[in-house]
Amino acid sequence: MKYRLDPQPLEWIDRSESMSFDFEGQRFSGFKGDSLTSALLAGGQKLLGRSFKYHRPRSALSLANHDVNALFQSAEATNIRGDVTPVSEGLKLRACNVNGTLANDKDTYIGLLSRFLPVGFYYKAFHKPKKFFPFWERLIREKAGLGEISTQWSAIRQPKQYGFCDLLVIGAGASGMQAALTAADAGADVVLVDENPQIGGSLDYQLVNESDAASARRQLKQRIAEHPGIRVFTGHYACGWYTDHYVPLVGPEGIIKMRAGGVIMATGVMEQPAVFRNNDLPGVMLASGAQRLIARYAVKPGQRAVVLCGNDEGYRAALDMIEAGIEVAAVVDLEWLDKRGHWAEQVKAKGIPVLEQSAIYEAKGKDALKAVVVAPFDGRSCDSGQGKTIRCDLLLMSVGWAPAAQLLYQSGSKLGYDKKLQQILPRELSPGIHACGRLNGAFTLEQRLADGERAAKEAVAQLRGKTVETELTRFRDDRAHSHDWPIIGHPKGKNFVDYDEDLQLKDLINAAKEGFDNIELMKRFSTNGMGPSQGKHANMNGIRVLAEITRKTIDETGSTTARPMFHPVPVSALAGRRFRPERLTPMQAWHTANGAKMMEAGRWLRPEFYGAPAQREQAILQEVQAVRSGLGIIDVSTLGKIEVMGPDAGRLLDVVYTMKMSTIKQGMTRYALMVDDSGVIVDDGIVGRVTDDRFYVSATTSHADAAFRTLSLKIQELGLNVRLVNRTGSLAALNLAGPASRKLLSTLTDVDLSEESFPYLGMREGTLCGYPVRLIRVGFVGELGYEIHMPATAALEIWETLIKAGKPYGIRPFGVEAQRVLRLEKGHIIVGQDTDGLTNPFEANMAWAVPLKSKPWFTGKPSLALLQARCQRRLIGFRLPKGYNGELPKECHLIIENGEMAGRITSIAYSPALGRVIGLAMVDLPLAESASALEVRVDSGAMVTLEPCPTPFYDADGARQTADLTEVA
Amino acid sequence: MKLLDCPVIGKRPISEFDYLGEVRVPPSQADELVWADYVFNRKGAPGVLRERWYHRPTGRWFVFDRDTLTDEIVAVVDAADVRYEEPRYEIPA
Repeated sequence: MKYRLDPQPLEWIDRSESMSFDFEGQRFSGFKGDSLTSALLAGGQKLLGRSFKYHRPRSALSLANHDVNALFQSAEATNIRGDVTPVSEGLKLRACNVNGTLANDKDTYIGLLSRFLPVGFYYKAFHKPKKFFPFWERLIREKAGLGEISTQWSAIRQPKQYGFCDLLVIGAGASGMQAALTAADAGADVVLVDENPQIGGSLDYQLVNESDAASARRQLKQRIAEHPGIRVFTGHYACGWYTDHYVPLVGPEGIIKMRAGGVIMATGVMEQPAVFRNNDLPGVMLASGAQRLIARYAVKPGQRAVVLCGNDEGYRAALDMIEAGIEVAAVVDLEWLDKRGHWAEQVKAKGIPVLEQSAIYEAKGKDALKAVVVAPFDGRSCDSGQGKTIRCDLLLMSVGWAPAAQLLYQSGSKLGYDKKLQQILPRELSPGIHACGRLNGAFTLEQRLADGERAAKEAVAQLRGKTVETELTRFRDDRAHSHDWPIIGHPKGKNFVDYDEDLQLKDLINAAKEGFDNIELMKRFSTNGMGPSQGKHANMNGIRVLAEITRKTIDETGSTTARPMFHPVPVSALAGRRFRPERLTPMQAWHTANGAKMMEAGRWLRPEFYGAPAQREQAILQEVQAVRSGLGIIDVSTLGKIEVMGPDAGRLLDVVYTMKMSTIKQGMTRYALMVDDSGVIVDDGIVGRVTDDRFYVSATTSHADAAFRTLSLKIQELGLNVRLVNRTGSLAALNLAGPASRKLLSTLTDVDLSEESFPYLGMREGTLCGYPVRLIRVGFVGELGYEIHMPATAALEIWETLIKAGKPYGIRPFGVEAQRVLRLEKGHIIVGQDTDGLTNPFEANMAWAVPLKSKPWFTGKPSLALLQARCQRRLIGFRLPKGYNGELPKECHLIIENGEMAGRITSIAYSPALGRVIGLAMVDLPLAESASALEVRVDSGAMVTLEPCPTPFYDADGARQTADLTEVA
Repeated sequence: MKLLDCPVIGKRPISEFDYLGEVRVPPSQADELVWADYVFNRKGAPGVLRERWYHRPTGRWFVFDRDTLTDEIVAVVDAADVRYEEPRYEIPA
């Protein structure tokens, strides 16, 4: 580690623990706390990567992940950002944009071709001639992208947390720390978050050698550590601002979804590079980058430095370099020295030559900086004729700042350009949003602390419901810390605005010339700010360039929008287990113990069939036969079950369902069909009358919640006196079906089951196994059957009792699949399977359920009145010949007539009762009414002929639903 | 708006609510065009919209006036103010 300095007062590294890792096959070591970038630089590895387009040599620039010059990959991961990724033992890293080796990249020739690759070339070239496009596509795909993705990945699961606080302070620099303390002192519950592993911000690298900063640092850090009202999250970044102050904090362990009462943005500023020829050579760094390198990692950035200054901070950096034992060859100031403050005086006093009104015209060197050419600068361009070469291996750029205002923009706050500070500053903050520190133009330590205090006081007052007059501008500095044009043209170019995308000054000028002279258009056409750094080091200069070209102000030019998430977030922090609760019926344990194959039905799990998956078809067939010939039992607890009570209960049901429900006799039920305003079928079930003002309603499994919601909405809309109780969960239900059902049930219940006293569609209350139950004579599966609705707590006992008592009758539990076959034999539709989002009752052959004449009103009635004569398709029954053994059509297979789609199969199954395949199909009129054969296209593409036939397929007159005819002895 | 200040139980995440859109009352008289307009068309212009929201955990319906431009609830409306009688008309087909 030959570039490692003696211990620095605030260094992050732990020199007692060293770690070694490989980079490009070479062994390096670093200390615990090192970043990959700092460890490599300490080991003398200056060349860290190659640029995206021209494969130019690159090294550290910001040390803050504001650039991606140091972007690595390992076997497991891509996009490893060297600036912010800590070293770990045994890592094996490669540079990610290299053809050949990092030192000898075969693609560096592309830089020589740059003249033929003008901005936006990929939008224009390669289209003609068309036959060459595949060639170009292959080539571009090979060259594009950063790194290679390993297909040997494994899923990383990270926990998600929810957090809450009164105030979230983002950024733990001087102003952020002060704001957190002031707010917490006032009693607020404060969260302080910072992306760095330690709090302190620029206090700890820019002002590390300032004595007044030292005492402020000590006090702030100590008080924060001891304050019970402040929770500190270091190593976490606030990746976006979402409505109502919902700010996800992304950390190494996962994500914390923080809901705050208000947010104080103390996110600071990001140093911006100067634009001049070869400003990307290794050795050219941001001044703050070099300061970070020294203060945090004790790594010496170079031996002989030149500092380019557009502000006072550059002089502070020059002093820091001297402190670290680096020779400062010269300071080059874009303006006159007399504009500068005491740091400049100290530099001058040390005898460092200061070249005023000058700029770097170009940097020289092949793979690393060797010298710079300094030339007089008039504020807009250089006089290259008077260039003077200064030998150096380090050039620090300190020409200005851009606000880290991404979150501020996202919050809807308004920002504008301040000419005094030559910086974009907040103008109008959204409710609950506060800004302070350098982000808000407060630059001296005094200003930053005072501004943090001000923001915190305003935030706390606002939290407590007071109207606050903000003093946003009170502690702003009155002088510029950014130069308005740190941009130097050069006939040979290679003066980069965006390092990620290798965008040169002329690229932006050409983009504007081609008409992309709006900031959003220029961004997209040139890709300025679209690389992995998302404009952190490129947007400000891009705006300045465009403003200059179009002769507009910065405000008129505007800024691009930084959408959340403004910083890349690993997918593992976002992906996770879906929260998808499953509902289980009380009989679930019995089902699984008895070999049920479960399936999802809405939120519920239901038995699909009972048996081994390999015997699926056979099991379903046997279940169907059990119901037809003896006895079957199915768990229907998933049905929606709603009690409707009150004087207006009948009126409510009359409005919600198509048929008249207020005329149902006590103890009877009626089929209930629900349509929406447009007449489309949305649900079906039954309505039973318990007493005069009390009804019991069932709804389909998947529509149960919606049915309840519809009923409750109508109560509010019409102001009805009705009470609803949703009993879907508190009641369980089963259907005991088959010729033997009455015989079995009569031995277990006190309800009189005789045909006279309990007819088809009747509903009775009584007891079963000592529990209160409601029995309903239903006919969905087409046999004598009783739906038993019972308390969920009693359901398993009743179920097991019935199974045991039903043994002599060959009772067999059946699942959803068998029920589907049984109901299909009866021609009963399933809403959502045989109907879709446009099906009306006429199309579903249910005109009998739409009493247009006898009922004055129900939801959707006017629509159905209009639709009655305009029916365009119809659900019809069909069958295949007995003994058909060709390819079976499936649900959703299309019916084709004269080469056009004319319908689709909605249900199809083999009917054991009929010994052939039957089904339902939605078919266009008039084909549905006249065709004697339908052609359906199956998976293989072959056509299969269907024979239309009337429904029900089985027991057309419903005789089997009447007990006396079917009862077994 | 990601938190909705429920008039009964205070601030709740809107994921607990179902949004039913604008409060719609069937026209008191209608021909085919008026009825079709009621069934199929919705107000889309930005501004204050009177809307129904359903809070699932408590099973309550609310009527709010919401500014769709600023996404702010401007008023909590008494459901009685938007009641209607079910109409009883026939539309000639």
